[in-house]
Amino acid sequence: MNFNLSAHHQRKREEYRQFTQEHIKPRAKEIDEKKMFPREALQEMAARGYMGLPLPREWGGKGDDFLSYVLLIEEISKACPSTGGILSVHTSVGTYPILYYGTETQKNKYLSRLASGEWLGAFALTETQAGSDAGAISTTARLEDEYYYLNGSKVFITNGGEADVYTVFATIDSSIGKKGITAFLVDKDTPGMLIGTKEEKMGLNGSTTVELVFEDARIPLNNRLGKEGEGFPIALSLLDGGRIGIAAQALGIASASLEIALDFTRQREQFGQKLFDFQGVSCTLADYFTRLEAAKLMVYRAGWLKSRGEKCTKESSMAKVMATDLAMDASSKSVSLMGARGGLKEYHVEKYFRDAKVTQIYEGTNQIQRMVIAREVLN
Amino acid sequence: MDFRLTEEHEMMRKMIRDFAVNEVEPGAAERDENEEFSRELFDQMGKIGITGIPWPEEYGGEGADYLSYVIAVEELSRVEASAGTTLSAHISLCSWPIFKFGTEEQKQKYLQPLSKGEKLGAFGLTEEQAGTDAAAQKTTAVLDGNEYILNGTKIFISNAGDAEIYVVFAMTDPEKKAKGISAFIVEKDTPGFTFGKKEKKMGLRSSPTLELIFEDCRIPKENLLGQEGEGFKIAMSVLDGGRNGIAAQAVGIAQGALDAAVDYAKQRQQFGQPIGNFQAISFMLADCATKIEASRLLTYQAAFLENEGLPYSQASSMAKLYAAETAMEVTTKVVQIFGGYGYTREYPVERFMRDAKITELYEGTSEVQRLVISRNLLKG
Repeated sequence: MNFNLSAHHQRKREEYRQFTQEHIKPRAKEIDEKKMFPREALQEMAARGYMGLPLPREWGGKGDDFLSYVLLIEEISKACPSTGGILSVHTSVGTYPILYYGTETQKNKYLSRLASGEWLGAFALTETQAGSDAGAISTTARLEDEYYYLNGSKVFITNGGEADVYTVFATIDSSIGKKGITAFLVDKDTPGMLIGTKEEKMGLNGSTTVELVFEDARIPLNNRLGKEGEGFPIALSLLDGGRIGIAAQALGIASASLEIALDFTRQREQFGQKLFDFQGVSCTLADYFTRLEAAKLMVYRAGWLKSRGEKCTKESSMAKVMATDLAMDASSKSVSLMGARGGLKEYHVEKYFRDAKVTQIYEGTNQIQRMVIAREVLN
Repeated sequence: MDFRLTEEHEMMRKMIRDFAVNEVEPGAAERDENEEFSRELFDQMGKIGITGIPWPEEYGGEGADYLSYVIAVEELSRVEASAGTTLSAHISLCSWPIFKFGTEEQKQKYLQPLSKGEKLGAFGLTEEQAGTDAAAQKTTAVLDGNEYILNGTKIFISNAGDAEIYVVFAMTDPEKKAKGISAFIVEKDTPGFTFGKKEKKMGLRSSPTLELIFEDCRIPKENLLGQEGEGFKIAMSVLDGGRNGIAAQAVGIAQGALDAAVDYAKQRQQFGQPIGNFQAISFMLADCATKIEASRLLTYQAAFLENEGLPYSQASSMAKLYAAETAMEVTTKVVQIFGGYGYTREYPVERFMRDAKITELYEGTSEVQRLVISRNLLKG
């Protein structure tokens, strides 16, 4: 075993830290307050190969490994969880499906543009009645004369409205359940695809979350991803990678909020001494930094396994539960430790608290993660 | 990074697990019931080569590393926590300071037989008024010619009574407080060295816990371990490493309990189906498994750092804090999963729950770990 990051990964982490300081941190507050999509940051990231970091070079990616990708999301999310989330969705579920299942033509057209960051990707599975029960989707795809016609609507689509291409799931035959689910690559300007409600959220204000409405949206036959009926296995195969990405985002949130609380409690005085000198404060922080270390090991291990192409279903779910529950608990505790100031925008920590919540929910709620883990443990 | 165990470590684990399952587990419940320590088991540990697992072959050891050591403690504790204590007190608390601070003569005389499992080791630091505040030692050591004369009483000493070799701390210069403490190697049967009461405990009942009483106990001057006044530093560095042994013990206890719960949840039927089908049960199992994995990674990380000669105090405190609390939480939940049966001695899980508690207390309470960790946060 070796618990040290390799020289390569240490160098990369340093590079991501510097990048974050220069290009992400300065605008993070404004992005949250004005609900601005971080287009400029994404362009800077694209210029450095970060939008396709773990994707192969032959397809426009940077050719680095999944562990570097984890480090990148973690570092970016320390400053701006919205940008970290956008990157994770773009890469893990917006780009990987084309690498795994795309035809040569699809890879040429889509993968190279997504991996280079020229285009932004998104993923559309969830519907109002198909959240955790993703197999229950009711959006339909009807084949007629070399075109599929999609009808239905998708909700909670991250990067929606900003993305150039969407991986969309629809059923070709609702009578056969999950076996009818099929995946499609849908261009943003596809006739019949409309952007519906833009959600107002408690956090991740820099990232968009929209409804996609399909009204006889016309998709060329060649844009079907994989075979008919292969959609559900495709969606499932992306989950491990997606969960690791969100776990890394949560790690960044937890780490940043705890650092703010640590700094604050070392400065602030009450009863004639620093807050940190009260055991009620220092012991609390000790607990949270311990959980942070534990979560970090779990997330890095999952990323390491994924880098090696090994099965990591249990490890990814465990990493996601640990890191996202920690992000919520740690950011909440950080607000508490800072008293009334914790709730002020000026001190930033309330933003992490608002941003943290969704990490327990998206890419599989933590209840779903526990179902996955339990299945692995019991079998 | 590399999160795989090497093949050697995997083989080592398998060998120790086989030993634990075949030799340790069968008598564990009975030993617990009778509060009985088995010297025979320790002798067997010596035969399979784990009593000196991390020490060089020149000192009778196996020449393996600290990761092998924590795996050994984990695997023993998975079936019987007391066996984990026997080994961890023997290696971390007694052999470790002799290896690190002993003279060549002391190593040959004491570490050799300890490593080979011919002799059992123990460690005497705690006193009635010196628990967490370990520097408040009252036991004294006065140099008289070529001998130190020890007077005082140590309490809560694991392996005591059965152990032949004790690393004992005493004040050589009370005015200097912590800097006046020195460490000594004391042999069983030294005149003036006797054992007091044997504690009756809620758990770890097959690991003996006794008082050590020193009444004008004369020990040779050459049994001073390290320099005079170096005792507190030795004790603290012993505990840094020892914590990792306890973290491994906690991981083993929690894993043993979880393994039992998984089997039970698959077999036990209620409402016409295995209780593992109910999310109220399966989510508990998922949370337990997740925390155990995290505890194990923290523990192996600390062992890795020690192997590499890197600082590991923070890592071992985090490992012990997290693993011990996990062990307590997991064993409590596992008893819950077993329902009324879990409360009976028909199943081993109530023993695991009783055994888990000590891991939050000894080799530094959880509160002390938090102090260590928070002090390190200020440095970082």
